[in-house]
Amino acid sequence: MELHQLTIHALRDKLRTGEVNAVAVTESVFRRIDAVEDRVHAYIALMRDEALRSAAEADRRIEAGDNEDLCGIPVALKDVLCTAGFRTTSGSRMLRDFVPPYDATAVEALKRAGAVFVGKANMDEFAMGSSTETSWFGVTRNPWDLGRTPGGSSGGAAAAVAADECIASLGSDTGGSIRQPAALCGVVGMKPTYGRVSRFGLIAFASSLDQIGPLTKDVEDCAIMMNAICAHDPKDSTSAKIDVPDYKTFLDRDISGWNVGIPKEYFAEGLDPDVLEAVKRAIGVIEDAGARCVEVTLPHTDYCVAVYCIVSTAEAGSNLARYDGIRYGYRAENVRDLLEVYEKSRSEGFGAEVKRRIMLGTYALSSGYYDAYYKKASQVRARIKEDFAKAFRRCDVILTPTSPTPAFLLGEKINDPLQMYLSDIYTISANLAGIPGISVPCGFSSGGLPIGVQFLAGPFDEGKLMQIAHAYERLAAIERRRPAL
Amino acid sequence: MTEYEPVIGLEVHAQLMTKSKIFCGCSAEFGAAPNTRTCPVCLGMPGVLPVLNRTVVEFAVKMALATRCRINLMSNFARKNYFYPDLPKGYQISQYALPLAEKGYVDIETDAGEKRIGLIRIHIEEDAGKLVHDEHMPSSYVDLNRAGVPLIEIVGEPDIRSPEEAALYLRRLHETLVYLEICDGNMEEGSFRCDANISLRPKGREAFGTRAELKNLNSFRHVQRALEYEIKRQAYILESGGEVVQETRLWDDARGVTLSMRSKEEAHDYRYFPDPDLVALHVDEAWIQEVAATLPELPLEKRERFVREYGITPYDAGLLTMTRPLAAYYEEVVRACGKPRPAANWVKGDLLRLLNEDRADIRACPVSAASLGDMICLIEEGAISGKMAKDLIEEMYKTGKSPRTIIEEKGLVQITDEDALARVVDEVIAANPNQLAQYRGGKDKLFGYFVGQVMKATQGKANPQLVNDLLQKRLGP
Repeated sequence: MELHQLTIHALRDKLRTGEVNAVAVTESVFRRIDAVEDRVHAYIALMRDEALRSAAEADRRIEAGDNEDLCGIPVALKDVLCTAGFRTTSGSRMLRDFVPPYDATAVEALKRAGAVFVGKANMDEFAMGSSTETSWFGVTRNPWDLGRTPGGSSGGAAAAVAADECIASLGSDTGGSIRQPAALCGVVGMKPTYGRVSRFGLIAFASSLDQIGPLTKDVEDCAIMMNAICAHDPKDSTSAKIDVPDYKTFLDRDISGWNVGIPKEYFAEGLDPDVLEAVKRAIGVIEDAGARCVEVTLPHTDYCVAVYCIVSTAEAGSNLARYDGIRYGYRAENVRDLLEVYEKSRSEGFGAEVKRRIMLGTYALSSGYYDAYYKKASQVRARIKEDFAKAFRRCDVILTPTSPTPAFLLGEKINDPLQMYLSDIYTISANLAGIPGISVPCGFSSGGLPIGVQFLAGPFDEGKLMQIAHAYERLAAIERRRPAL
Repeated sequence: MTEYEPVIGLEVHAQLMTKSKIFCGCSAEFGAAPNTRTCPVCLGMPGVLPVLNRTVVEFAVKMALATRCRINLMSNFARKNYFYPDLPKGYQISQYALPLAEKGYVDIETDAGEKRIGLIRIHIEEDAGKLVHDEHMPSSYVDLNRAGVPLIEIVGEPDIRSPEEAALYLRRLHETLVYLEICDGNMEEGSFRCDANISLRPKGREAFGTRAELKNLNSFRHVQRALEYEIKRQAYILESGGEVVQETRLWDDARGVTLSMRSKEEAHDYRYFPDPDLVALHVDEAWIQEVAATLPELPLEKRERFVREYGITPYDAGLLTMTRPLAAYYEEVVRACGKPRPAANWVKGDLLRLLNEDRADIRACPVSAASLGDMICLIEEGAISGKMAKDLIEEMYKTGKSPRTIIEEKGLVQITDEDALARVVDEVIAANPNQLAQYRGGKDKLFGYFVGQVMKATQGKANPQLVNDLLQKRLGP
């Protein structure tokens, strides 16, 4: 196997023994990028020079005895994460020239751990989308089928891992933006509990839903990335002051005797038969491991998409108000007055999907509509949260499909927003409830496309997710295919 | 003709004197070069987050306690959404559904007696930046030093019935904020700002009329004048059978009029909603008690105590408690001389006049309280006359020297030697036979003339009481 194909833990072992060095690993990743990137287009920008410099620095650290798991590991960052001194666009024309003077806290944490940043991964504009097609910088293609989407909005981050254009990546998940592309690209993706990872430096889409998380080649790598990025951050008031366990200690553990909840609402109409088949097989594997599958009910599931549409767009409309063409970002030319500065800069700087959501969100908060929309949605959201709390009294984790279908065709849903929103139908609830979720590959469709199974747990129970996901990964022994690029 | 009664409610914004801004570590001080007191957070850059400065809460709680508000143990922050170049995030972080404090009051002294003005709420929010307009170019500049400076908004009930009451209410809030040392009260720099809601209703009617909101009221005088103008304007409309329009009006002080800024239809829809970047603000009862224990004596309490303890008039007590440093100065003078009433006269009279002439603050007064107290003692002992003291205090103010030093240097000792003075009195009487004759003829007023002549002859050093006694004896009844 080539170096860029390896996992974090495999590379870490080789780096520690001196079998390879970080510069060689990074060079291998860039060779791979040079070979496939023009077909995949996982990146908005590459950080080749910076990467080689930090790889050399990582080698010095390793030589000096550094034993951070991530030291010298090439990692991609979704371009929604601010990188000091390096352009951060959020996939938008609005920020095409924006260079933040600060690092996101999660980026800083990876830097401290010695990670080598490969580049800024493509994404739906301001993370609004489920196919990476709304990016101002062009679409990303699914490495498994270049005619299909990698999912989104962290499509670039997922595709880069799947195509071995990096070893692991960091994405963000507001309604499934890590887990859905992870499923569609055949990689592991985790959305941590709300408050587990600092949101400082994460360009906001919907503040009460956004959470940063890793996309990796396996569950052990996921634990390693989580160990690095989870911490309380005084710069984020919503960051939790709860101790972070060593997630690696949850690997290689038994799950016999566990109760695994199967919510009947997640196996209803609209679920692709291949996905259903693969998820059923996953349930079988879990049962073989000694866990008991129990039916649970999440009665407010039907409202999740509607609640999400209102809450996320309301917050987005407000969060995106700062892009006004005054201090930074895109500013229209030839304007006559202040109103035109706003109107033209925002009309030209934002894409159609972003504008659609700003309008929806503005409407939902408007005088006379607030109670019917935002307030009602917040109340239903509380019910959805309760549904999960009740369910977790009966089970340790919940198992569901990650996405109702495998990767869809590019262009298939881009003109049908509702269909696009429905591709997040199984992932949105975790964001609304603030609970952690992980998507793990669970097989392939008849057409050879990857399928993911999702595990959900109670707040701050990421350890349980590591435990069951790792147990599943080990026992299922899913065929290790690589996309034929 | 119908008699109209104005119904007025005021909204006051007070900047809090915290060292740093409300949601970031930038200095909150006024007056630095444009945009030098900014950071990614107060510039509203992508991905940054606000973190609440707890001192802001403490200051706001002080004002809430001083105005007898009920403090909500849990409140939250909301976003007020609107576009303006001085508002970096496109929304102002404020409090809306759940403010920090509610339902308080302040008492004001009107001519008709004491009156209670209710407070609806006090909430915390951030200030916006400032636009600087280029007079020669069709462009404007943005200075964001002020963006994120902490404010409290004090929303009053519509309990005010006249411009005078409005001014009294504002002064009460102002002095309280300044006493608490949470706001510098500088209206010119915008540390203390006021908007007014005003409507008229026929006297005796319960229901409120349609109100106008007045903005750009940058001084107590502006507030009063704008309200007076607005009462006339609205009364004129109503009398001529028209209807007052609900709108926001701007006070133009130069022209002395209010001008329509935007109508109800053009009013912003602020789309308030809870700020998801901030958690609920919790304060606990024990902490509130701790803060309460740090509250200074407030102006009204101090005034009452001065009247009670020092036997001075309520009016003088009011003057002397205008600011905390002035009241402290006065009390120090009293401690130094033990004579509260003369101390009050000297402080509110000559001393304040001298300070006012210099536009100086009591804290920079060259006459120390101990010196002034000593001077009052010297008068009481009879070492100097009150008249001499008037010159002496000027000298003390000019030089900063103690009264005794100046007296010694200038030989300013009062003549209290009765024999010596008697000689001068005799000389004066002898030198003014005409006046003497007129006096004896019944022109009593001329007694003062003789006193003046004696003082003149002694260069003011004669003990006035003694001069009086001697002249009484010589001139007879």
